Amino acid sequence: MSKYYLNYLDELESEAIYILREVWAQFQNPVILFSGGKDSILVTYLAKKAFYPSKIPFPLLHVDTGHNFHETIQFRDDLIKELGVQLIVGSVQESIDAGRVAEEKGKNATRNALQITTLLDAIESNKIDCAIGGGRRDEEKARAKERFFSHRDDFGQWDPKNQRPELWNLLNGKHFQGEHFRAFPISNWTEMDVWNYIKRENIKIPSLYLAHQREVVWRNDSWIPVSKHIKLEDNEKIETKKIRFRTLGDITITGGIESEADTLEKIVAEVAAMKQTERGNRSDDKRSETAMEDRKRQGYF
Amino acid sequence: MEIDKNQLLRFTTAGSVDDGKSTLIGRLLYDSKAIFEDQLEAIENTSRKKGHEGVDLALFTDGLRDEREQGITIDVAYRYFTTPKRKFIIADTPGHIQYTRNMVTGASTANAALILIDARHGVIEQTKRHAFIASLLQIPHIIVCINKMDLVDYSEEVYENIVNQFEEFSSKLYVKDIQFLPISALNGDNVVNRSTKMDWYKGAPLLYTLETMHISSDINKIDARFPVQTVLRPQREGFIDYRGYAGRVASGIFRPGDDVVVLPSGFTSKIKSIDTMDGTLEEVFAPMSVAITLEDDIDISRGDMIVKENNQPKALQEFDAMLCWFNNSPARPRAKYTIVHTSNEQKAMIKEVVYKIDINTYAREEEDKELKMNDIARISIRTTRPLMVDEYRDNRITGSFVLIDDATHETVAAGMIV
Repeated sequence: MSKYYLNYLDELESEAIYILREVWAQFQNPVILFSGGKDSILVTYLAKKAFYPSKIPFPLLHVDTGHNFHETIQFRDDLIKELGVQLIVGSVQESIDAGRVAEEKGKNATRNALQITTLLDAIESNKIDCAIGGGRRDEEKARAKERFFSHRDDFGQWDPKNQRPELWNLLNGKHFQGEHFRAFPISNWTEMDVWNYIKRENIKIPSLYLAHQREVVWRNDSWIPVSKHIKLEDNEKIETKKIRFRTLGDITITGGIESEADTLEKIVAEVAAMKQTERGNRSDDKRSETAMEDRKRQGYF
Repeated sequence: MEIDKNQLLRFTTAGSVDDGKSTLIGRLLYDSKAIFEDQLEAIENTSRKKGHEGVDLALFTDGLRDEREQGITIDVAYRYFTTPKRKFIIADTPGHIQYTRNMVTGASTANAALILIDARHGVIEQTKRHAFIASLLQIPHIIVCINKMDLVDYSEEVYENIVNQFEEFSSKLYVKDIQFLPISALNGDNVVNRSTKMDWYKGAPLLYTLETMHISSDINKIDARFPVQTVLRPQREGFIDYRGYAGRVASGIFRPGDDVVVLPSGFTSKIKSIDTMDGTLEEVFAPMSVAITLEDDIDISRGDMIVKENNQPKALQEFDAMLCWFNNSPARPRAKYTIVHTSNEQKAMIKEVVYKIDINTYAREEEDKELKMNDIARISIRTTRPLMVDEYRDNRITGSFVLIDDATHETVAAGMIV
């Protein structure tokens, strides 16, 4: 076979670098949306590659629900220091305190939907014209139709039926005052691709992704970590299990899976044999069949 | 999986509501185990609600709320699956004529096109339309799947007739590689597994065909083109004087020491190094993203193109192109648009619509010259400054462009330079 071809991970990497450079060239004030999850860590890592030997030319924006794994915050702060980039924090607690949003009530209450307001406020007050996210088209059916450059109107809303066509590698980031874009450089990656790449490049990830002992409770078909932010029901009991997380988000709704995978090699093998999608453990997506689409229309990640 | 060698293959599908396209994709995902249990469960629930018997595989590919309600695919949806041999990206597009622009979009990055024909109906208008789009967008490989063979008793004669019909009309098109396959997406015949009901068919099933199709030679390795996206100036210790031109190789091969010209300025220099975070490279080709440094200090910015001295694109300010109109509002005669070509942007004016083309019959229409949504036409265009272009047939990156309406910022058309 000819030596002039890329393997698929190199091709995905090259595509992501291309998109990140287009963001830099086409926008005034872009940021990377950083959640501390593997996808936003990957995007940050790819940005490092895209602009080397320069520093990453964007700040990182973290929408902090206040319901964090402390490992995530530690990881975030270490990474910021290592990269020498600015961190912007949008606080959901502050949005609640300011009366911008009201906390949900009940056992399944989460701050997931509240993040939308905090995110849009942070975008507006920091005059951000492009927020780069780690969204992937394989994650969820509403995301399968996302563009690399995805337009948001001046209310931050997504109109899936009126998206700009993207042909070849030509990306249109033109916008009016008050509108912004979301950019998704790893649109074409699957969960498996992400793990294979993290392993290949030996990218640092929070220890939460590796199997560890933790106090958990069984709720909504997954192991929810015990923390001061969840209220136990009478019939729920705390158990200690060896688990790991497939996605990281708000600690109150991020379910773990029982696992022995405590190295990247073992995770790759485990993911390859998985029978459930990674968002299968996210109770926010289980609310209805179009839960993600409805949130995205309003301005969700 | 041997991931260091596996390539990525992008293919597009076009089909109408009932020729079984969604079922075929569902079948590929299902049989290659790209569907997870919770997805399957959701689809089973929906199938039951709608009163279908068994699992309706087509539901896997319906994304948005409106589509699921109407049972049609209205936009390009991307699907992924991986086999031990390759990673696949499917651009799943609707097939009806009112979605020509979506088909064109899906086709623009594809290595291969799957065209579905219902064995009961043979070649119909939409088959010609799909073949035309595949040829217009220069998709290197076309696989014609003659589907629903179960409904024609797996008849070799029916299959052969359709192959002949297709070959007859497609001789007018410019297509490099066409293959034909008799399948039943519903029952899985010749999709992933070889059919036991069509012994007369000696070829491979669809998945094997996709896995082994030779795609390395689809990349243009002759005409070296490097559009500059941005300039890297780190201005930090160890890199005080560093000036790297960041971009993705559009075509051809670059090596340190190559004599290059920077367009449009025409300044010449030599490549000093080709850099990535992982180190310098001795050789780069499409579609690699790198940073190039030159021996001489030249003023270069976004929109410029680095090429080799002995092989240059044409600098044109007026040229013809095949254009697909994407927008609800028709093209305004002699109006100005922003043209985006590689990393370059200029103002442009459509000087003339030479003819429109009926993509069902391939007939030219020279009277009605209004460009409306989904129309495909040959046009003459003029730009404020020369663009560095190649013919689309030779180069899908330097031969393509889009037009943006400055009043709305919408992408209103896509063009292929002829």
